[in-house]
Amino acid sequence: MWSRRRGLLRPLGCGVEELRCRRREREAALRKARREQQLVSKRLLRDEATEEAEGGCVVVILGEAEIQEFLRLAQRGIEEKERERALVSLRRGLQHPETQQIFIRLEGSIRTLVGLLTSNQALLQLEAARCLHELSHSEQSAVAEACLPATSYLLTYLSSHSSDFIELCLYTLGNLIVESEAVRRQLLPQGIVPALAACIQSPRLTVLEALGYALSQLLQAKEAPEKIIPSVLGSTLPQHILQLLQPGPKLNLGVAVEFAWCLHYIICSQVNNALLITQGALTTLGLLLLDLAAAVQRTKNAGLELLVCPVVRCLSNLLTEAAAETVGGAVHLRDERVVAGLFILLQFFLQEQPSLLPEGLWLLNNLTANSPSFCTSLISLDLIEPLLHLLSVSNVVSVLVLTVLCNVAEKGPAYCQHLWPGLLLPTLLDTLALSDTEVVGQSLELLQLLFLYRPGAAQAFLQQSGLQALQRHEEVAQLQDRVHALQQTALHG
Amino acid sequence: MQLPPALHARLAGAAGEAAPLPVQRDPLAGNAPFRFAARQVRFPREHEFFEDGDVQRHLYLQDVITQVAAEPERPRVPEFTCQVAGCCQVFDALEDYEHHYHTLHGNVCSYCKRAFPSGHLLDTHILEWHDSLFQILAERQDMYQCLVEGCTEKFRSSRDRKEHLVVHHLYPADFRFDKPRKGRGPASQVSTEAVGEDQAPSEGEAMEVCSEHAEAHPGPPRERRVYGHRIPSTICFGQGASRGFKSTKKKSKRL
Repeated sequence: MWSRRRGLLRPLGCGVEELRCRRREREAALRKARREQQLVSKRLLRDEATEEAEGGCVVVILGEAEIQEFLRLAQRGIEEKERERALVSLRRGLQHPETQQIFIRLEGSIRTLVGLLTSNQALLQLEAARCLHELSHSEQSAVAEACLPATSYLLTYLSSHSSDFIELCLYTLGNLIVESEAVRRQLLPQGIVPALAACIQSPRLTVLEALGYALSQLLQAKEAPEKIIPSVLGSTLPQHILQLLQPGPKLNLGVAVEFAWCLHYIICSQVNNALLITQGALTTLGLLLLDLAAAVQRTKNAGLELLVCPVVRCLSNLLTEAAAETVGGAVHLRDERVVAGLFILLQFFLQEQPSLLPEGLWLLNNLTANSPSFCTSLISLDLIEPLLHLLSVSNVVSVLVLTVLCNVAEKGPAYCQHLWPGLLLPTLLDTLALSDTEVVGQSLELLQLLFLYRPGAAQAFLQQSGLQALQRHEEVAQLQDRVHALQQTALHG
Repeated sequence: MQLPPALHARLAGAAGEAAPLPVQRDPLAGNAPFRFAARQVRFPREHEFFEDGDVQRHLYLQDVITQVAAEPERPRVPEFTCQVAGCCQVFDALEDYEHHYHTLHGNVCSYCKRAFPSGHLLDTHILEWHDSLFQILAERQDMYQCLVEGCTEKFRSSRDRKEHLVVHHLYPADFRFDKPRKGRGPASQVSTEAVGEDQAPSEGEAMEVCSEHAEAHPGPPRERRVYGHRIPSTICFGQGASRGFKSTKKKSKRL
């Protein structure tokens, strides 16, 4: 996983409260960005160990003259160590946005850097690549786009054999990809997709994680469904991605997270999901889900929700594909262990990341909607009651829980038999006391089904002051018709 | 949320599908004013339903979330020297050596000692620079392969290929791994962009090998399956230069 590197230099003396505050600010900024469809994040690769060895994190702004001197030394210096030191100094200066601005405006600076990148001196190459990486991470478009002359080389080096170097090139490319459509319009003809397809065969985990990152950035692009995903689907990348998501001892969390998100971006773009199904995506993801359900019971605080989330999304969207239904060609997802696993994950979400509960319940809906088998599993595995316990979490969650219960109830009396008598009716009476229209509306739907298939339930409803509970919603526009219908049914059968 | 204890056992148990209870729907179900219909839902990429999960993902990318265990430091080993004859670099970490080796000694042309970033580029170089049969064939057909992985276009000349790289693949016109082969006298016909020593990489040339190399044996000669290797190295096609490992560099500048 993202281990020895940190995205940002850790501020000294930063208290827990301050960290929380910064996190809330970041979260708010990200939400805003997403609503504006501008959700862009870059990854910065900085080796902390090296940073500390270099004597702390003081970042100096370099002036024109200094930059020129460092470049000159790096290029023409006699002593190898001297050239290296010059580049290191430049790299450290480039951590500062102002230095970056000065650098890109200096004539020939990028050209020199590219020259050093393609030199035969391994350490100079690495430092030059690190300089480019700093630039690629900038939020200023002009700075990031200044790296464009280097992209053909970055791509070429993806088929080299030095994994540290490849990793750096990949993260730099990933940052550039996300910068603008103009950048991608250059990278695509330069062959980024075939280059990634070749590179994904590397056995090195750090390389794979970096590649997953770069690919996820590419797939997240606005124009991806039309311009990028078709060629990705036409390459060998999907097979390799599914391979890397196979559960088992070789599954690496950091790598899997990146590729699960790649798969999510591909699938939710709905370009050719049938192809993925024929390549075994449903089977792989289903098995992975089971593996994760087992894992969350074993380990704490491992960041597993980062992987569970995209897996749940992929499965849920894939289930809606027509190809998922056909026998023979595609594999059915019918194993009831998936339901068991999903509930364990729902519990995990409840504890660790409640905001992901809706996504888990969405998957449960897609599993149960058209499947008598899975609805039966909910009953036979005693999962109705745990489901009811989720009703107090939030309105969104409540609506989804009620929807799943409706999925069960609508299948007829054999199913409703297990819903009433039981905890369901008193719980529904509680939800009727709420004011959220959608929650109440869904409760009314469930009540109709219950009354229809279990006439005794209507009686019990009356006896438990059901009519009064209904009364409060008599005037609500979206609810009144259904309220009246239920009142009639309860009173007159 | 209490889960039934048997659930964990079920998860660990065998794959299986529950035998479904009989389905029996009443036509009144979901009738107006009611509207429930069991249906699967799909969400497209930008749907707000995904907001929370996406934000979590990006917080992770920005590295704010995860508390990750510190990875053990890169293991230091007792100092050792690069094993390639003539190379004097010293290392104390395997990753540094790996990078050095692959950059300088990895994909090295055994004829002219140029190093290349990948096997693919080395193969192309050997074919185009050191294979006489290639030159002959190139007179009759398109032999110059596009350098971009995945592109199968071939061209009549190095210049045509460069144009394709620039126009079609948006490569820089001075791409360093596509230097035209310089002519070597009357025997060579093709791609005589410039006449001069083609064995002497000029200053600023990428991928020149360590000059200490030049005299000595450069190590295991690369076995490549190209036409050239079917011809014994003692025979030259009147090119007038010796093959093998003799240094022909006049100016061996270290970069």
